[in-house]
Amino acid sequence: MTQIAKLSFPVIGMHCASCARLIERSLKSTSGVVNAQVNYGSEQASVEYSNTVCSPKDLEKAVQSAGYKAILGKDTQELKEEEKTRQLQELKIKVIVSSILSIAILLGSFTQMNPYLLWFLATPVQFWAGREFYLATWSGLRNRAASMDTLIAIGTSVAYLYSVISLNADGAMYFDTSAVIITLILLGRYLEAKAKAHTSDAISKLLGLAPKTARVIRGEKETDVPVEEVKVDDLIRVRPGEKIPVDGVITEGSSSLDESMVTGESMPVDKGQGDAVIGATFNTSSSFVMRATKVGRDTVLAQIVKMVSEAQSSRSPIARLADKVSGVFVPVVLMIATSVFVVWYVTSGFSFAFSNMIAVLIIACPCALGLATPTAIMVGVGKGAEKGILIKDAEALEIANKINTIIFDKTGTLTEGKPVVTDVTPVKNLKFLSRRQAGRIRNLLQIAASLEKGSEHSLAEAVLEQARKKEINALPVSDFKALHGMGIRGSIERKMYYFGNRKLMAESGVDTRDLEKDSIGLEARGKTVMFLAEKKKLLGIVAVADVPKQSAKETINILTKKRVAVWMITGDNKRTGKAIAESLGIKNVLADVLPDQKADKVRGLKVRGSGFAVAFVGDGINDAPALASADVGIAMGSGTDVAIESAGVTLLNKDLKSVVSAIDLSRRTMNTIRQNLFWAFGYNVILIPVAAGILYPFTGWLLNPALAAFAMAASSISVVGNSLRLKLTKI
Amino acid sequence: MDKIVVTVLGVGVIGFVYWFFFGKKEAATVAANKLTVTVEGGYKPSVIRLEKDKTTTLTFLRKDSNSCLEELVFPDFKIKRYLPMNEPVNVEINPKERGKYEFHCAMNMFKGKIVVG
Repeated sequence: MTQIAKLSFPVIGMHCASCARLIERSLKSTSGVVNAQVNYGSEQASVEYSNTVCSPKDLEKAVQSAGYKAILGKDTQELKEEEKTRQLQELKIKVIVSSILSIAILLGSFTQMNPYLLWFLATPVQFWAGREFYLATWSGLRNRAASMDTLIAIGTSVAYLYSVISLNADGAMYFDTSAVIITLILLGRYLEAKAKAHTSDAISKLLGLAPKTARVIRGEKETDVPVEEVKVDDLIRVRPGEKIPVDGVITEGSSSLDESMVTGESMPVDKGQGDAVIGATFNTSSSFVMRATKVGRDTVLAQIVKMVSEAQSSRSPIARLADKVSGVFVPVVLMIATSVFVVWYVTSGFSFAFSNMIAVLIIACPCALGLATPTAIMVGVGKGAEKGILIKDAEALEIANKINTIIFDKTGTLTEGKPVVTDVTPVKNLKFLSRRQAGRIRNLLQIAASLEKGSEHSLAEAVLEQARKKEINALPVSDFKALHGMGIRGSIERKMYYFGNRKLMAESGVDTRDLEKDSIGLEARGKTVMFLAEKKKLLGIVAVADVPKQSAKETINILTKKRVAVWMITGDNKRTGKAIAESLGIKNVLADVLPDQKADKVRGLKVRGSGFAVAFVGDGINDAPALASADVGIAMGSGTDVAIESAGVTLLNKDLKSVVSAIDLSRRTMNTIRQNLFWAFGYNVILIPVAAGILYPFTGWLLNPALAAFAMAASSISVVGNSLRLKLTKI
Repeated sequence: MDKIVVTVLGVGVIGFVYWFFFGKKEAATVAANKLTVTVEGGYKPSVIRLEKDKTTTLTFLRKDSNSCLEELVFPDFKIKRYLPMNEPVNVEINPKERGKYEFHCAMNMFKGKIVVG
């Protein structure tokens, strides 16, 4: 069947609107093309064509035949990689050639080589290796803007031109200075570009996770198709050892999945029919069929990539000063260099003035200032993503560093979020139950679970789950009745049983004194106690509680040690809330809080102007207002809901310890930024005056322009290197 | 005598540098739905007026090989784009609040401004 496909692609080489018309004509005359539009302004062509008659390759040829170039089949990422590789290769050649020439010039200067020969050697370094400095300077000046290239171009050109004029005038030669400066700066750029490429490793890694094909089941056939062609509701087979292509739900079979690449959770997760699976995770054990629910840019992986790259592009408040300074830096340095020349000329003559002016131009390094914050944020945010910690923006990362109070929501955050049976206590010396304690507990559970089978109460699931775990079969129940607000009753083997709260026991005339002490003790520990009776005889009690997560106590312990005040917020009554909080080592409890009051309570704990921040940790879905009202909202995601808008930080794994990791990551990243800014500012503030010769009257120190070039190159590399160090830190 | 000449020239150069770089004033270019911004030694136009709550597509076309300009950042909109040489790159912006928003190169040396009125 013929299908009309649409394709938009960039076209290179157009000079005017008539070029666009020419390409349009060429495209339209290609067989299979239904419509073609070429926009000169955006340099884009959009073509509708019949994909059975012609292919993108034909379109590319059509554009080429008109004398232009179409960019097809490559995304920006690929283009970027290509251009970067080409640039690096070019830089490498320039560095090698200009190094050889510079060494020859240096040796020549010491050995009184013929000045014309020096000129001959210096010229390619100046205009071939240094060409990019001139190009950048020229295009900048046309726009009345200046960059670091402007300083280098002016500094080296002045040295070079002066030397050329001196050839006939028998003056001083500065060919070595200009050549060495250009070589060192290019070498610095080469190393910086190599290091900088690693700051965006996280995104490349994430993009690399996505599998390329999916085995789609269509009718009887299973075919491998490119992952871009998978549609929602497609059935896909995933075999062991394969990656899951898109997000979906298992419809057939079960398996164990390694989700560590997305959630940071290292333990494999067992999944069966009806469970959600995340694209790019790894099927470790057996084959299953899944139905695609999210494809393309809606998948969890795509959302993570989007969130990480957005966070890496955001502005951190700490960088504000550096931003302001780097904006005016170059013109100010030009003015300083001119003043340095004038002052030294007037006081000490031309040669001092000249050398110091060049040193000032060369040593000033706005690059280090510009790189200080963004490189650290890129590495920090990327490091977080690797561990399943998604940071919304640089501001959230910065504020997280100031957290001194953390409020944890109880249900689902500190606790598992679903009740489980914690205690089963039979009444002592009951004759008709099993003699051994274990057997008596089984008897009690069997009756309770049989009765609960017909119940819809949330606590029933806990009892049934416990029975399932112990492989206890339910008995047939007749005359079942749910007694609203009290419990249930039902008949098993012609005996009537009651299972419910104290009120039910009182109404049924059951004496609960035998287990009164036990039940009060359990309630004091925050548990819900249910009584089981046969007619008026108490058989035992079953206690149910929402148990704390395994890592909860340890997390709170670590936070307390880090001097963070920990609060717990819950809808439970004060006694229950306090009991749970105490078991976790939390001293501060906000109990009896209705869901819509949480945000107010969070706001209440914020202290304006204290310089500290309050974080709220919740599950992200019900707690959106509270997350938004905290200084930093930390959402515990489930691995499937990534873009939690109201949260500054989303933890994809449900591990509470990630809260500590997130704070650690923030502290380390901010430390790196502070170090970077300190060095970048300190470097420029200290070395510009030194290069200007301010120390000369006192110590006789002057900065050789070649040394200045070395220091300049070293400063930006050190900033990038310091940011990359973040990769090695353990969080 | 030469010292006086050098001093006068120096002051003149400083004045010129100040005027040349800081004295630049550019009127805002109004972007209706689309606008192409040429990236060559900076951004042309560099002051762009957009409407609030309206999506505008800015097409950036880099014609300058200076690697400083290869990355474009709109920090307030959390947008960062790599600009390949001679390849148009579209950036969609929908400002929700009035104000002035900067965009710049990776190292913040070349700047442009979005004015939302």
